[in-house]
Amino acid sequence: MRTRILRVFALVVKELLALLRDPASRAVLIGPPIIQLIVFGYAATFELKHVPFVVYNQDQGQLSRELVARFAGAPSFDLVQFVYDQSAVKKAINNKSALMAMDIGPNFTSDLERGQPAHVQIVLDGRDSNTAAIAMGYVQSIVTHFNESQVLQHGTKPPPTVLLDRALFNPNLDSRWFIVPGICGILTLLVSMLTTGLSVAREREMGTFDQLLVTPMPPTEILLGKALPGFLVGTAEGTLIVLMAIFWFHVPFTGSLIGLYIGLLCFLFAAVGIGLMISSLAVTQQQGLLGVFLFMVPAIVLSGFATPIANMPQAVQYITLLDPLRYFLIVLRGSFLEGGGIALFWPQYWPLLMIGLICMVAAGNLFRKRLA
Amino acid sequence: MGVIVVNNLSKSFGKGTSRKNALKNVSFEIAEGNMAALIGPDGAGKTTLLRLLAGILQPDAGTLQVLGHALPDDSLQLQARIGYMPQRFGLYENLTVEENLTLFADLHNLSEDGRKARFDELLTMTALGPFRTRRAGQLSGGMKQKLGLACTLIHPPKLLLLDEASVGVDPISRRELWSIIQHQVIHEKVTVLLSTAYMDEAERCDHVLLLHEGEILAQGSPSDLIAPMQGHSFLLKDAALAPRALQSQIARLQDVVDSVIQGDGLRIVMKSAEAPTLPARLVAQGLSKPVPARLEDAFVSLLFNRNPHHSTPLPKTTETAANDIPVVEVKSLYRYFGSFAAVKDVSFSVHKGEIFGLLGANGAGKSTTFRMLCGLMPASSGTLRVAGADLRTGAASARARIGYVSQKFSLYGALSVLQNLSFFATVYGLQSRRKQDRIAWALEELELKNYIATNAADLPLGYKQRLALACALMHEPSILFLDEPTSGVDPLARREFWARVNALAQGGTTCLVTTHFMEEAEYCDRLVLMSLGEVLAEGTPTEIKSRVRRADQPNPSMEDAFISLIEEHERVSRRAS
Amino acid sequence: MNRMRVKGLMRKEVYEIVRDPSSIAIAFVLPLVLLLIFGYGVSLDARSVPVAEVVEQPTYLTASFLSELDHSPWFHPARYPDQASAEQAMMQGRVQAILWLRSDFSRRSLSSGETPIHLTINGVDANQARIIQNYVNGTWQTWLQQQATLQGQPLAVPVVADVRIWFNPALTSRDYLIPGLIAIIMTLIGALLTALVVAREWERGTMEGIMVTPVAKTEILLGKLVPYFVMGMGGMMLSTAMAVFLFHVPLRGSLTVLIGSAALFLLTALGMGLAISVLARSQFVAAMVAIVTTFLPAFILSGFLFDIRSMPQAIQVLTHIVAARYFVATLQSSFLAGDLWSVIVPNLLGLAVLCIVFLGLSVLRFRKRLD
Repeated sequence: MRTRILRVFALVVKELLALLRDPASRAVLIGPPIIQLIVFGYAATFELKHVPFVVYNQDQGQLSRELVARFAGAPSFDLVQFVYDQSAVKKAINNKSALMAMDIGPNFTSDLERGQPAHVQIVLDGRDSNTAAIAMGYVQSIVTHFNESQVLQHGTKPPPTVLLDRALFNPNLDSRWFIVPGICGILTLLVSMLTTGLSVAREREMGTFDQLLVTPMPPTEILLGKALPGFLVGTAEGTLIVLMAIFWFHVPFTGSLIGLYIGLLCFLFAAVGIGLMISSLAVTQQQGLLGVFLFMVPAIVLSGFATPIANMPQAVQYITLLDPLRYFLIVLRGSFLEGGGIALFWPQYWPLLMIGLICMVAAGNLFRKRLA
Repeated sequence: MGVIVVNNLSKSFGKGTSRKNALKNVSFEIAEGNMAALIGPDGAGKTTLLRLLAGILQPDAGTLQVLGHALPDDSLQLQARIGYMPQRFGLYENLTVEENLTLFADLHNLSEDGRKARFDELLTMTALGPFRTRRAGQLSGGMKQKLGLACTLIHPPKLLLLDEASVGVDPISRRELWSIIQHQVIHEKVTVLLSTAYMDEAERCDHVLLLHEGEILAQGSPSDLIAPMQGHSFLLKDAALAPRALQSQIARLQDVVDSVIQGDGLRIVMKSAEAPTLPARLVAQGLSKPVPARLEDAFVSLLFNRNPHHSTPLPKTTETAANDIPVVEVKSLYRYFGSFAAVKDVSFSVHKGEIFGLLGANGAGKSTTFRMLCGLMPASSGTLRVAGADLRTGAASARARIGYVSQKFSLYGALSVLQNLSFFATVYGLQSRRKQDRIAWALEELELKNYIATNAADLPLGYKQRLALACALMHEPSILFLDEPTSGVDPLARREFWARVNALAQGGTTCLVTTHFMEEAEYCDRLVLMSLGEVLAEGTPTEIKSRVRRADQPNPSMEDAFISLIEEHERVSRRAS
Repeated sequence: MNRMRVKGLMRKEVYEIVRDPSSIAIAFVLPLVLLLIFGYGVSLDARSVPVAEVVEQPTYLTASFLSELDHSPWFHPARYPDQASAEQAMMQGRVQAILWLRSDFSRRSLSSGETPIHLTINGVDANQARIIQNYVNGTWQTWLQQQATLQGQPLAVPVVADVRIWFNPALTSRDYLIPGLIAIIMTLIGALLTALVVAREWERGTMEGIMVTPVAKTEILLGKLVPYFVMGMGGMMLSTAMAVFLFHVPLRGSLTVLIGSAALFLLTALGMGLAISVLARSQFVAAMVAIVTTFLPAFILSGFLFDIRSMPQAIQVLTHIVAARYFVATLQSSFLAGDLWSVIVPNLLGLAVLCIVFLGLSVLRFRKRLD
């Protein structure tokens, strides 16, 4: 038993040394994840800042200028210019110099003063419908606030009900709080897959794999020795990224650290299992890379990282059940924002363990069959 | 004016302190129509020199003139007129033989009408005619090499640069390659510069350049180089003592520069042209006779003079005579790939302490047999016992008794020498004290001490080979598998390696070895010769050679035996099918 | 430039492509699969958002408000007896939002007005939360209008914003996501394919053999570029056909402009792959660099999902070297708006600059030499 443990340990040490002593793979493991976290952490935001808009104001009154001032003063909008005819509006939107146009009719102030509803036409560029949808929400809320102040000033009867909304877990609806934990998951997956997915293929290409096979080590020990470095590197990398999320991006960590780490281990179990499965199938490093890649891309898209799983068609939602990243993202976001702990995450843990177990067994069998 | 004129050429690689000189002040000239050989130990700068001459490296200093073109400025014009075959000629494996030729014809702008005749000529010359539509990836090693040569001859070139064109190729293919090259020199007036690890090839050239650590140590015609060595070489025979035991005694003597086993005798080279001061018993029997010198003697002694400390490790004289316990047993072994039988009814056995050779042409099935013995591949049928067990199915403890050195010296390149040793020691179950002892032994015995912290990937080839051997020996295996362990290694490193293997065999370790060097086959106690998946000869080197002794060939070499036995077998089986 | 040499190199490349199923898979199967997965998988349109309704005292007023919600396609409501149990359900991820109508809802709204409707949203996915917020707000406004009309007193809404969305009135996210996805997929394929095939020639030693022929370096690069360009255009056409016929994205611009800009983009992506492989030489490093610099940057920095204007200044500058950025903008206009030269020209210019940079870098750094 002692010999077995020592052997596996030697293999793990060897794998780690091979990874860390080689400048190319060291660079790949450490540099890009950190750079990507920082760049993407800042880039990936659904908040709109500086939405450019033009104003076509045909009204001469004070109130229309007040409304325009509200928009121009909001941090989300940038007034590009005033235009003086309809074709200029069209042009500004078409060539994307403005995302939005406000078209205020000639009777705006007089309508308001007479107590008639005054209409303002908002044109949005729907080519980027997500931005348009978000901007539409901003427009509504600015107009609502404007209305409230009008109602107050004129003493007209307010609407019978008011909608009071609040957001749980993320009161300012800061999308970075949502995206950064997601990036933690993606990068952890990337690193652990690259560590395990290519390791066997690399040894096959260098010929050292035969050298391992003629030693007294049984295939299970080799597999174990290949799996553990993925865990170690993944845990280290995951910890680093989580720390950066907390201390660099100031994403609040409200949940249980133990719950997160159990989730991380379950996730790595699944990721390493898939990596080993790719490894046992790939003969060359190129195949291994393609395999990792072909798994990674859909895994990211279908994980709910950027677009919610609930919006997908039912059939695709079933496919996402096979995606380990899906479960880990829930654990990550749950423990960062929702204050979740082990009890709440249990439904995420066991599918990860199942995926990992099935992949490990399959990898072991494929591995043995390959050798046969 | 020579075809190649090189003056004070220097080239170095790397940056800062790790910058290494590959060539230092090299000057030489090669005349038109000459055939010149470049020899020297690994890392001497042979490949660098050839690449410089082909215009794909930039010299640091000195002038280079090839076919009248000054390099590196005129490399494009030069490249239209030369043929260069790199060490590992990259054929497009997904393209057929003909498509590969067409590509190179296109690249050399060969006109459509001239093309057909040239293709036919080259395909006839290389005997690849029947394989026109076969993909390059499906050719045997020897055929690939011939196709590579055909591709470089397409335009046809005025100068041919060949970088170890015959490495890893069996003797038959080697002879074919050689005859194609000679044909070019004689009939097409092509000038040839080739680098080689085979001294017999160099000996057949007009001019020889011996490169050592980036400098030219000697140059001239082979006879010029051999002349000072005449009278230095002797062949010893002792009926009472096996050649290996004899070698271990003789090699200790003063002034013996080199000793190699040849059949049942021992060929030695002395420092001066004096008969060796032999042990009285040998002198009494008068069994030492002078033999003509050869280029290899010059090579070894020139390098010996250069570096006299360079001592070959001496075999230990532990008296454990080979006995009759079979440690490897193979009975009617078959291996099929689909319907193709790669190995057919192979049987042999190897006894304890024997050095046993597995020889054959490329694709004869010896690698397949070897992989089955090591447990890397299952047999289709037949029995196979190594150290009393089938390594694939047997207990791990059986595998703990074997060591394996693969062709590519598979080491972990990013790990240091010490880390490699420590890893393999642990994997073989060595612990604490014993592990320390074995690592210390390996560093000492294989002279790896100066390289403890060097990454395995940065080691010179000869040291890689030593480290690979050290790793395979960590657990003191009783059986050692050596798969082409000397492929691409220069004669000096080969000698050292064999001295170690001899010592191991003397100590009772059984060694199984495959090789393409026929003189190495002479070092084996017994060997099998394989062709088309079958064993066609088994026995001692002397027995095998005697099978082809004829009136016109009274004293056949191992290579002669190899070629005639295999050709005959292929002829017979072709007629049968 | 010699015709025979370039033709010979191209023919070789075509044979290699045709006989190696993996390149065919990368060029045709990969876009097919990715577009299917992405096309169905990436959607920002929230439908059937699970909403908890907590009504402390049901009346006809609460019923009329909730029936508005129940009939909306956006919501999938469920009743919960109290706020605590609803919040529990939110913690477990079973509902995304909670609407809480207190027991005094009807009484107060009939007498004094200003009756609160409490909406609690799970804010973790901020974008989704905001969309839900908007949906609820819209539903509530409609209900207010109805109530006011019923009671015969028009609602005092001083300003009404009439929002009109051009090019994509229904704000179907698929219509703008799919053109963006095509850009991402083509970046991947273009860069990955060339990065791998050139590095492979170095590793297999075929490059050394080719180099010692009179072939010029531009000929070698051209021989690589053209076959993969043709193959990439094939993949591009396949993707466009899928977008139009399978996902029913309107194609309002002309096919000529689309093909022209796709050609320029593909050239840029291939140029990027070439540059990577020329600089890296090892297959492993080339593939790593290609993966790190293609997929995620194209996904996050191209403006396909995240608005570039909202990114910090430094990152906005960075997006200029992401080729997909220009192509996403061109494609979205081409598909949804038509041939708008004011959008297409600057973006194509941006692409052209990148294309020249990448191809120039490949030509400059590619040496017919080993050192």
